[in-house]
Amino acid sequence: MSILTRINRRSLTPYMFLAPAMVVMAIVTIYPLIFQFWMSFTDYGLANLRQGAPAPDWVGLENYVKILTSELSIPNYSFLRLFLYNIFWALSNVTIHIILGVAIALLLNHPGLKFKRIYRALYVLPVLIPPIVVATTWRNLFNQDAGAVNMLLELVGQVFRIPPETFSIDWLRQVEDPISFVPLPLSYYAMLIANIWLGWPLNAVVATGALQAIPKDLYEAAEIDGAGKWASFKTITLTYLRPAMVPFAIYGFVVTFNLFSLAYFMSSGGPFGRTELLVTQAYRLVNERQLYAVGAAFAVVLFVILLTISLITNRISKATARYDDF
Amino acid sequence: MTTSKRRSFREPSLLTKIGLQLAALGILITVLFPIIWVFSVSLSPLNLIRPDGLNLIPKDATFEAYLQVIERPTSNPVSFFELAFNSLKIAGGTALASVGLGVLAAYPLSRLAFRGRTFIMLVILGVLMLPAVATLAPLFVTLNGIKLDLPILGAFNLRNSQLGVGIAIVSGALPFAIWNLKGYLDTIPRELEEAAAVDGASQARIFRSIVLPLALPAIAVTGFLGFISGWTEFYYSWMFLTQPRDFTLAMALSAMTGTYASAIPWPLVSAFSIMLTLPPAIVYLLSQRFITSGLAVGSVKG
Repeated sequence: MSILTRINRRSLTPYMFLAPAMVVMAIVTIYPLIFQFWMSFTDYGLANLRQGAPAPDWVGLENYVKILTSELSIPNYSFLRLFLYNIFWALSNVTIHIILGVAIALLLNHPGLKFKRIYRALYVLPVLIPPIVVATTWRNLFNQDAGAVNMLLELVGQVFRIPPETFSIDWLRQVEDPISFVPLPLSYYAMLIANIWLGWPLNAVVATGALQAIPKDLYEAAEIDGAGKWASFKTITLTYLRPAMVPFAIYGFVVTFNLFSLAYFMSSGGPFGRTELLVTQAYRLVNERQLYAVGAAFAVVLFVILLTISLITNRISKATARYDDF
Repeated sequence: MTTSKRRSFREPSLLTKIGLQLAALGILITVLFPIIWVFSVSLSPLNLIRPDGLNLIPKDATFEAYLQVIERPTSNPVSFFELAFNSLKIAGGTALASVGLGVLAAYPLSRLAFRGRTFIMLVILGVLMLPAVATLAPLFVTLNGIKLDLPILGAFNLRNSQLGVGIAIVSGALPFAIWNLKGYLDTIPRELEEAAAVDGASQARIFRSIVLPLALPAIAVTGFLGFISGWTEFYYSWMFLTQPRDFTLAMALSAMTGTYASAIPWPLVSAFSIMLTLPPAIVYLLSQRFITSGLAVGSVKG
């Protein structure tokens, strides 16, 4: 704390700088959060919304109990399934993003590759596209009758003389699981593909930055010592990549965990709510079902989950110390 | 520098080089495929019921989808520019408000020691953890209870107005702006400020003449990020707004995409997507240089 400028303890200067932002935050951020907490113990609904309507009744923990025991009177709702799917969705995406990001960064860093700058510039294009456009575009790409994915598969299929009807795939709404022993609907795989397209480029950018910071002599020294390609990759490349990739993986996990756009616009949570995420469920409770109190309680539950995740990830990032700390 | 020239490595073989080039090209194709597809569908004639093949330039290519988007993209009687103006108002207003208030608050949090500093930072950090969706219910209910009667705008329900949407967006954007700007201010060297303090400059003076100019790149970046999220904001506007004249670009795009292939106005949706994406992408590409330039480093070295 010594770096902070010591000013007179009684000085009002800091508070005068803070006041405008704090007043606004108190009204538009903190008050709604407190109000939300109160709401979550009531039965606030559509009937309490209009002007002069009676105040909602206090119901105690009823909303929380219903949420956690999956007793909400909305179709296809199961808290456990929602929670487990959400964790798996984030984990599976981030794992693939990192592996692809690192692999492509290695490719871009290879001395034998030409036109690196062009590739680097074009590879990040997906990041510039607004999420809602990405989601609606991929939804159209996966359209059963006119989407480009099915058409592409038909073209490839023609080479192998597979009849085009085989590829009339209803990617986003097919009810049967594509892999019988894996309980994941086809729309999960479609969204996974869309999110891989969206997610690896930034990972590659971060990995490229870390790769370029590795001193070249290390590899030469390893080669002189007789280390193979795999050994020097494991001991040098991965060691240098870790301090950059772990924090970014954690960031990516939280972003993907709360990724509203794909689940909402691409699959609309379907089929049967099986690709719903906690955030899209929270939105639907308020927006489509007008269950304001339940939505408020759901948001509190979501907050607790996110708090737990950030406590765990804090541990992880501390456990994976930087290489120069050794 | 010398180590990189001293190539003790074997030069990669031609076969390796070709393989690498093919791999990079293959990846490029997967990146560009959806973008090119949208572009090609956007050039299709309006009477196209559904795309019937993969063509780079479709049969009877035309710009009529773009003209239709400009004139009247949805069934509501609003033009693209009216929708864009609404999005612009929301995005610009919320970006300005959150950056303006944010930089004021970031300064003492980064530089000054005072009572309550840790508490305020913890509160901001806690709020940052919440996704925007998480405050939907209380904001909707609270804003819905407020009826305003303003001189120019007339009487309206705050919830069903762009002002209300803006307030809801600022609720999440302001903590983010404070945190982001504080993080940047932390990296600016203090020598200049200390010198000014020795010369007897007040905190307000130091802030205005030294910190603010140095923080300009961060202000630009934070403002840009705020603008981008406001430009395509969906949750609040979709939930709050009911009058077509208030609708935003993101709402129109969502409304245009039907569930069945025959219900999707393919060329319109594609042209609309491109026109929605271009402005922020162009601003980003133009300002990239400015954003990454290290103003802070230069002023101390010089």
